[in-house]
Amino acid sequence: MSGFEYASAPESKAIANIASSYGLFINGKFVEPKKGKSFTTINPATEELLSKIAYADKLDIDLAVKSARTAFTKVWSKMPAKERGKYLYRIARIMQERAREFAVVETLDNGKPIRESRDTDIPLAAAHFFYHAGWADKLEYAGVGSKPKPVGVVGQIIPWNFPLLMLAWKIAPALAAGNTVVLKPAETTPLTALLFAQVCQQAGLPDGVVNIVTGDGITGAALVNHPDINKIAFTGSTEVGKAIARSISATKKSATLELGGKAANLVFDDAAIDEAVEGIVNGIFFNQGHVCCAGSRLLLQENIADEVLEKLKKRMSLIRVGDPMDKNTDLGAINSKEQLNRIHEISNTGDTEGANRWSPECKLPSKGFWYPPTIFTGVSQSHRIAREEIFGPVLSVLTFRTPAEGIEKANNTMYGLSAGIWSDKGSKVLWAAKQLKAGVIWSNTFNKFDPASPFGGYKESGWGREGGRHGLAGYLTSDAKAAK
Amino acid sequence: MIIDGSEGSLKKFLSDLPPVDQVGAEARAAMLSTRSIKTTSKAWAIDMAISMVDLTTLEGADSFGKVKALCAKAVRPDPTDLTVPSVGAICVYNDMVKIARTELDAIGGKDIPVAAVATAFPSGRASRAVKELDTQDAINAGANEIDMVIDRGAFLSGRLGEVFEEIKIIKELCGDKAHLKVILETGELVTYDNVRKASYLAMLAGADFIKTSTGKVAPAATAPVVLVMLEAVRDYFALTGTKIGVKPAGGIRTTKDAIKQLVLVNETAGPDWLNPSLFRIGASALLNDLLMQRMKLRTGHYASANYVTMD
Repeated sequence: MSGFEYASAPESKAIANIASSYGLFINGKFVEPKKGKSFTTINPATEELLSKIAYADKLDIDLAVKSARTAFTKVWSKMPAKERGKYLYRIARIMQERAREFAVVETLDNGKPIRESRDTDIPLAAAHFFYHAGWADKLEYAGVGSKPKPVGVVGQIIPWNFPLLMLAWKIAPALAAGNTVVLKPAETTPLTALLFAQVCQQAGLPDGVVNIVTGDGITGAALVNHPDINKIAFTGSTEVGKAIARSISATKKSATLELGGKAANLVFDDAAIDEAVEGIVNGIFFNQGHVCCAGSRLLLQENIADEVLEKLKKRMSLIRVGDPMDKNTDLGAINSKEQLNRIHEISNTGDTEGANRWSPECKLPSKGFWYPPTIFTGVSQSHRIAREEIFGPVLSVLTFRTPAEGIEKANNTMYGLSAGIWSDKGSKVLWAAKQLKAGVIWSNTFNKFDPASPFGGYKESGWGREGGRHGLAGYLTSDAKAAK
Repeated sequence: MIIDGSEGSLKKFLSDLPPVDQVGAEARAAMLSTRSIKTTSKAWAIDMAISMVDLTTLEGADSFGKVKALCAKAVRPDPTDLTVPSVGAICVYNDMVKIARTELDAIGGKDIPVAAVATAFPSGRASRAVKELDTQDAINAGANEIDMVIDRGAFLSGRLGEVFEEIKIIKELCGDKAHLKVILETGELVTYDNVRKASYLAMLAGADFIKTSTGKVAPAATAPVVLVMLEAVRDYFALTGTKIGVKPAGGIRTTKDAIKQLVLVNETAGPDWLNPSLFRIGASALLNDLLMQRMKLRTGHYASANYVTMD
């Protein structure tokens, strides 16, 4: 061995205990789908088969919604609020106890580094249940009147980038507020949701309060269009979000939509440069850039652009790409072939439209779906890579000359989910935060999440907020009639 | 020259350095401490760490006997296993330099340098004349390295020119006879901005090494402090082409702590610094833990503390 090369330090797969097939979780039990159809889920880092997953169609969705409705009217909405809270605390504790198992399953199914699922996804998911458990008997302080009521049966559709965390963002507030749910996990990452179904059983959660239906976009559409759903909560692409908004437009269904983003990360010339570089890396390469609030547009003040880029390139050459199960891996696998193709397609326009591509030297595994950490310099506002969400480890670098120009460029996008400001000067940070049209603004940090902090976007980044009191309010109504 | 030697140009240079964001620096250091160093890389890191230890005794009760015993340990840390490398240096008060040098030469440790703490260690509260004499005395006694303390009082009250001058004078005394390590005592400088400024100040004044602490003040060599200092030597190299060494000292007691330091070096200053000529760890208790972990790796069993020598 020459020099300090880190020997492989793999987390053990044995704890995962993945079954060879899974049914649908309806009314507290795993059941076979009516038509007996199934699909498979694979490990995107190796393309190995992980499990066979039941495919839910209209009939199964109907059954799940019926079970959620019965649980809502007969059990969950009638239960004293503090008892609901106890179930949520129990779920949170079980998730913590089984954290290692959840982390391993998440990494195998999603491709994200075990360091991230272990240190971010799973602890935050449990934190969401703890936080909302506390709310269950204090709903009159949520800001929707003195007698808030649950909305009813909620259909929830979540993406593949943070499977368990997005489940927690959806289920925890819904249950705390007294709703029951039918949740559809993403097609490529159903496993932690199914593991969560087992946790519901372990916690003794009343049957039908949580139903998990697996499938694809058609399954999701069946859920959205089911007549007995009171609310849809969706996180995913803007394209699908628009389709959902259209299909519920003539109904009484309400919706929370958390959609795409193309966040600006603004670095001013008085920033702490070394920490800004860390923040840039964390902003775009965290979770392979599969983050709707990723800092995918770096806006550098021109007089420090060369210095920052030099440091950024040095730092990027230290990013450890490879086996997601290795505890030292920083950048894991792209979640699916389809997503990899999409990253290639949009990124390639960066080359043809005249931006300059740079990636550090790195060996990508031969099996699985991989994309190297990449930056494009010389990007202008009109390039596709500056406008469209790539949802991968690809950063577009632009420059600005004055703070006002920086803000103008940052806001010049159809999205408005998040933004970052890097400056050591407090007054400038506050000024910039006021000007930026984005739902979440980080100052001298990036991609920091907390269950108490509302999350959501401006413009095409979505409707409503998730997390905190504002997110909870989306699952409550002051009108008792809304929940029939 | 980056500065012209005047206090004005020094202050201008230091105030133009980018600030350090406390939260960000601590987050980076915490992330690097999650690196999992196993098997072959652990074995490599343990031997590297042993060769970087500045085996230290800095007590009022130090005696010739204690120092001689330390010298024996420095040459052959594990008498039952001669594949264990010798340590990086011996670090003592200056009245112990002669005995340490003589002893090391006598027992096969000619290549192991003797470092002497100087300039009224640990407080640095003495007149310039006394500090110069203190240093000259150590060099005359055969010290190969001088670990001087900066005047923190002067630094904190903004008399940066004085701090700079003092380091320059000590450096001149060292000449080509001794390497100069400059102790910043980061526990008294408190902020990371101060640590960065003091690091540059010391390097500009001629330090061969910048060292965190005396070991007499807590906190000492915390991971974020070492991170900031490693960034400073990395960027100073980019600026000047000169590589300056870093020595964390104080509070590094376990193999785990030492390996975390090596990870910080590897992913901040870079692999060039993974070398006793550019990175040292000031410690006393650490060496035995490294030896015990080394035995464990080799044999698969933990030995009791009686299987490593106590000196």
